[in-house]
Amino acid sequence: MRRRSELTAGRLAANAIAYGVAIFLLVPTALIVPMSFGPDRYLKFPPSGFTLEWYAAYFSDRDWLDATFFSLRIAVLTSIVATVVGALVSLALVRGRLPGKPVFELLVVGPVIVPNIAIAIATYLVFDGLKLTGTTLGFVAAHTALAMPFVVFTILASLHRYDADLERAALSCGASPLQAFTWVTLPQISPGIVSAALFAFIISFDEPVISFFISDLDHRSLPRKMFEDIDYNVSPTLAAVATVLTGLTVLALVVGHFAGRGRQASPVARRPTSGN
Amino acid sequence: MRAAAGGAELRTGTGNGEHVGVHELVKRYGDVAAVDGVTFGVRAGEFLALLGPSGSGKTTILMNIAGFDFPDSGRIEIRGQDVTWTPSHKRNLGMVFQRYTLFPHMTVLDNIAFPLRMRKIGRAEREERARAALRTVRLDGYGERKPAQLSGGQQQRVAMARAVVYNPEVLLMDEPLSALDKNLREEMQIEIKHLQRELGVTVIFVTHDQTEALTMADRIAVLDLGKLQQLDTPKALYEQPTSSFVAGFIGETNFWPAVASGDAPAGAEVGVTLEGGERASVTAADALRAGQKVKVAIRPENIRLAGDGAGLQATVEEAIYAGSVTTLLLRSKGPTLRVRVGLDGSLGEPQPGTPFALGWQTRHARAYAA
Amino acid sequence: MTARPSRFMLGGRTYSPAASLLLATPFLLVLMLAFLLPLGMLLRESLFVPSFTVEHYRRVFDEPVYLRVMYRTIRISALVTLISLLLGYPLAAMMARTRGLVLNLLLVAVLLPLWTSVLVRTYAWLVLLQRNGVVNDLLTGLGLVDAPMQLLRTEGAVVLAMSHVLLPFVVLPLYATLRAIPDDYARAARMLGANGFAVFRHVTLPLSMPGITSGCVMVFLLALGFFVTPALIGGPQQMMLATLVQQQVTELLNWPFAGAIIGVLLLAVLGLMIVFHRVIRLDRFVGQA
Repeated sequence: MRRRSELTAGRLAANAIAYGVAIFLLVPTALIVPMSFGPDRYLKFPPSGFTLEWYAAYFSDRDWLDATFFSLRIAVLTSIVATVVGALVSLALVRGRLPGKPVFELLVVGPVIVPNIAIAIATYLVFDGLKLTGTTLGFVAAHTALAMPFVVFTILASLHRYDADLERAALSCGASPLQAFTWVTLPQISPGIVSAALFAFIISFDEPVISFFISDLDHRSLPRKMFEDIDYNVSPTLAAVATVLTGLTVLALVVGHFAGRGRQASPVARRPTSGN
Repeated sequence: MRAAAGGAELRTGTGNGEHVGVHELVKRYGDVAAVDGVTFGVRAGEFLALLGPSGSGKTTILMNIAGFDFPDSGRIEIRGQDVTWTPSHKRNLGMVFQRYTLFPHMTVLDNIAFPLRMRKIGRAEREERARAALRTVRLDGYGERKPAQLSGGQQQRVAMARAVVYNPEVLLMDEPLSALDKNLREEMQIEIKHLQRELGVTVIFVTHDQTEALTMADRIAVLDLGKLQQLDTPKALYEQPTSSFVAGFIGETNFWPAVASGDAPAGAEVGVTLEGGERASVTAADALRAGQKVKVAIRPENIRLAGDGAGLQATVEEAIYAGSVTTLLLRSKGPTLRVRVGLDGSLGEPQPGTPFALGWQTRHARAYAA
Repeated sequence: MTARPSRFMLGGRTYSPAASLLLATPFLLVLMLAFLLPLGMLLRESLFVPSFTVEHYRRVFDEPVYLRVMYRTIRISALVTLISLLLGYPLAAMMARTRGLVLNLLLVAVLLPLWTSVLVRTYAWLVLLQRNGVVNDLLTGLGLVDAPMQLLRTEGAVVLAMSHVLLPFVVLPLYATLRAIPDDYARAARMLGANGFAVFRHVTLPLSMPGITSGCVMVFLLALGFFVTPALIGGPQQMMLATLVQQQVTELLNWPFAGAIIGVLLLAVLGLMIVFHRVIRLDRFVGQA
């Protein structure tokens, strides 16, 4: 379907603004990448040379590595916990008769509506008293709650797209409910689950606000360490870290996109066909 | 194995020897009874159609037989065994769904072999039997493809192969042909009948298309609003409908309000005064009393037209040409009637306004209590 | 008599309320511990320390310092919303018109920043806007200014950076809304004599109002409580709600007052959500990519 648009001055201007905005969106982050390879202490663009010294600094610095691994560990755990919990509640929402369903729906969107700063301060208050600041458990709990809306929405979408008749067909073929789930349902919804897990990972790994407050001196997340560095000394190592982080995000998004496209419910079954 | 025609009572056949029995099935959704006390039996090797408009309960009954739903009261029996609460995967039934419902992530062959795998049959035997089933539905060579690569008709054949490869007791079909276009549907109807005769399997087939039911079924259970209206052979349903609903639902019918002139038991001839004042002779479908209001049902092909002479008076309102047959809309002293006339030229081309005298054979006109 | 089937059946059946509750219990636990309970306790701090009092809330509105912070927060949020809308609408409109490769590229341009860390994006602005950063280099190089300007720690910088970060939140719902408008409306309008601008004014714009409202409310809400960007790019003169709270907690340990500020923020958020709940389709924000 082609849309032919008349190239009026107005349309031309609008197009120009549109592309301009798109570039505007990408440029700041994109600029960091080449700058991180330059030797200048004050990050010049274009960089005056090529060096990997900031990356070397990143990967040899105890503090940076500790923060990175801490964040990675938490992100992986959050991803697993959030996906499992989210999948269970999604099943209950779609296939179950949940008493007080509106309450659950509210709770699902809660962490999105309530500003992060509110959750951060509140969590800090509670964790401070319970000595949970800086702990893996604390971080995972907080990040799981934060990631939950995204996980649930993704899995819900996957479940809604899934044709429940497929499970009935499996049962009619003699599969027990568990077998039907394993052989038929799971393969169908696994792309959605993988997507959800990736979302949870990215959300946790990049999460800055709550991390700021519930990190302690010995256990800081990567965003917290970055925050401190930005505040106290804007070293080019940061540019290297930022580039690595962005690269990771791109990777995760690409993987997520292809995983999500992997197995779709048969499109053929939905349209009435003609011919043989 | 075919039931004898004739007789107007409700024949349900729930005696011994039935393969599948539905007893007093009731299923409610909120205040509405989707199935309201339905009882019938299916004989071994029989092709039974569950026919009715949407909301009649036919799909709910099938779901209960399949084990995907459970009734509020009543029983489902297979070979005399009560299976009402048996989980569906233990009932050894076969099912073909409306949307084919092939597992999209498995190949055609894996789809067909799936029930064999669930029955723990070894790999070699599985593959052999699946390929044999594929051959039966004439899709040899398609085994390695994915369902999405097949057309609708092909997918439906794979679905059937999957449903019969393990020789189930009964084959359930939930409007399997409604997603196909007309020519393909007719082809598949023949194919399904062949398959059934070849395998000798009992089939319960849900449809809302009465032509489909009439052409395919040995017997048809006509349902409306959760109740069984009539269970009979196609011929008996068409020629001796026991209720005005069945008369109107199956095939085309003209309804002429009238008043009975005398008492008559069901099946006997009775005179009536038609709306508009004329008198006619009809067959009583229900037992009637003199003065009772009735509805006379007469099919378009059973009304005789004569240019002049004695008979009910009517004039042509419109002639609808449809190739092999012409339908005439006739304004009578009562309602507007539809009459079917063939292309034998005896009536020429009736113009609007042409008068005719109408008549019918008494046995073709049935009077129902209104 | 055969036994009734186990209620916890899978396979196209609905689960019983008991089974459903069981499935939902871990979810409830997580949200209670890490969301509801903390928020509740914080609000309790703001209202019941030492005993029931609205003193802390009163301070928020009575003391000029804090009022200024409130006003500044609202002002900056409104500006950010406006700029995001003005920049985002053309982009969303273009996206709604295209297919295939161009659309995918534009989607990447919107989604990639969305999923990139806020810190990275804010840091990028820091680098760009610092004294010897790219922007200043450009300005002095082009001869527009004589000496590098102080760009950071200004309200303008905060607005700019926040607009950049929050732009995708306007573009996405707008794109969805615009895309859903059938072409036939514009065609009908043209047939009736409307030129390009009239079509926009009388057809496209009104029909895209839900998307506009939804996107703007979302951006405004996010901007109100935004922390990272004001904290890093703004200075003490640009203190906003979130950085105020941070100061109260980490420097002054004044939990009750911090709680009150959060309480006010929550009330604002709640109010906006209630007023606009029909328009905001959260699934659009949460379920993309």
